[in-house]
Amino acid sequence: MTAKFERPDGRKIEEMRPVEAKVGVVPNADGSAMYKSGKTIAIAAVYGPKKMHPQHQQNPSKGTLRCDYSMISFSVSDRIRPGRNRRAMEISEITKWALEPVLLLDKYPNQVIDVFINIIQADAGTRCAGINAAAMALAHAGIPMKDMVSSVSIGKLDKTLVVDLTKEEEDYHEGEGPTDIPISMTHAGKVTHMQLDGKIGVKQLQEAVDMGKAACEKIYEIQKKALKDTIDMEEKK
Amino acid sequence: MDRKVVIPGEIIAEGEDLLPGEHTQKTDGKIVSLRYGLAEEQNSLIKVIPLSGVYSPRRGNVVIGKIENLTNNGWIVDIGSADSAFLSLMEVPRYVNKDAMEEVFKIDELLIAKIWSIGKRGIDLSIKSRGYGKIEDGIVFEVNPNKVPRIIGKEGSMIKLIKDETGCEIDVGQNGYVWITGPTTDVELFAKKAITFVTEKSFIHGLTDEVTKWFGKNAPRGVPPNNELGDKK
Repeated sequence: MTAKFERPDGRKIEEMRPVEAKVGVVPNADGSAMYKSGKTIAIAAVYGPKKMHPQHQQNPSKGTLRCDYSMISFSVSDRIRPGRNRRAMEISEITKWALEPVLLLDKYPNQVIDVFINIIQADAGTRCAGINAAAMALAHAGIPMKDMVSSVSIGKLDKTLVVDLTKEEEDYHEGEGPTDIPISMTHAGKVTHMQLDGKIGVKQLQEAVDMGKAACEKIYEIQKKALKDTIDMEEKK
Repeated sequence: MDRKVVIPGEIIAEGEDLLPGEHTQKTDGKIVSLRYGLAEEQNSLIKVIPLSGVYSPRRGNVVIGKIENLTNNGWIVDIGSADSAFLSLMEVPRYVNKDAMEEVFKIDELLIAKIWSIGKRGIDLSIKSRGYGKIEDGIVFEVNPNKVPRIIGKEGSMIKLIKDETGCEIDVGQNGYVWITGPTTDVELFAKKAITFVTEKSFIHGLTDEVTKWFGKNAPRGVPPNNELGDKK
């Protein structure tokens, strides 16, 4: 596109932050996972399928997925009030929409699968980290799924598209300013969730989706490795 | 055949002549896993053995449950699955006064039973055959229900080994509850230790040999000779 764009941390435009993933971090849960991207750390725990309570929320035709996203009070430098707020409720719902299409919930009528996501440390891209952790935790909990879900945020800083924004980049204030596009997709390349905060042209949006696809492919490999490695570790014990 | 770890959505194998088994799906000639577990091929049938997840009841399973509630025609039993099971009053072989149902099973008491049927109405239990009924002595503890086949072993080889080595009577519920009765609590706890060892090492090839070695290293203190207790039941 335009002249060479320089990112504050010296990454290339399509380069993600260093990623770490681990499965089985919460022994009490039926399934759990940790996903770390740069300074952003998310932990997800899955409980269930179990009987839905309260009873009036039971769905006799298929199971329910319940997601709960929350940021821990010390996850950002200005302490945030713990508990539900507008943003957390939105992201909880978004996470549910991103994951529900791959789950085979018709096997669990009147039952519920609870997903709890906690952000231990936040440096932008927390919803994506949360979705990645939750997808691994769901697989780890033995929930039947058609595919895995990987999520990444694509940003447009001035006129350049970049992958996996940090907080510093999100606050970029030159030219056209920052645009944040979190995208979640399955390994097969089907988009399950996409948001857009800012402005972008149709042509460039298509470009952003393609960049997201390439990044999700990398994340999928990391998720896959994390899930497979826990078995090998147990074998060596 | 060699087993390999698969994750949901992963293509296990390709080929028109292959058949999708449990927890797999066939799309465009590809066998795709639907669950996280170990993939295995048997006579061109590919299935996935789950490694995690809550217990899903099946007809014919032997389970250990806890009385959750009393109704006017039976008992509600918690068997560790999402839905509770039901034990009918008719299953008790003698006459029971409906006002004195607690004489048979009280709330929080444990029992071993067989899943007799699973329908839309729920799960029905049976205690009519021999070996089923109330658990009155010994210890009961929980393991991962997906490891139950490992504890039992091929044709019961593993469980037999542990029974012989410890002199305990052991019943394993498919829902992941294990009931041990032995001469002393120490021996029962030793048997529990052996079973925990099996669940932790469940991925090793030749696990039975490994367990035999383990018994060699961890000789129980004060266990009477095997034969005296072998045929307790």
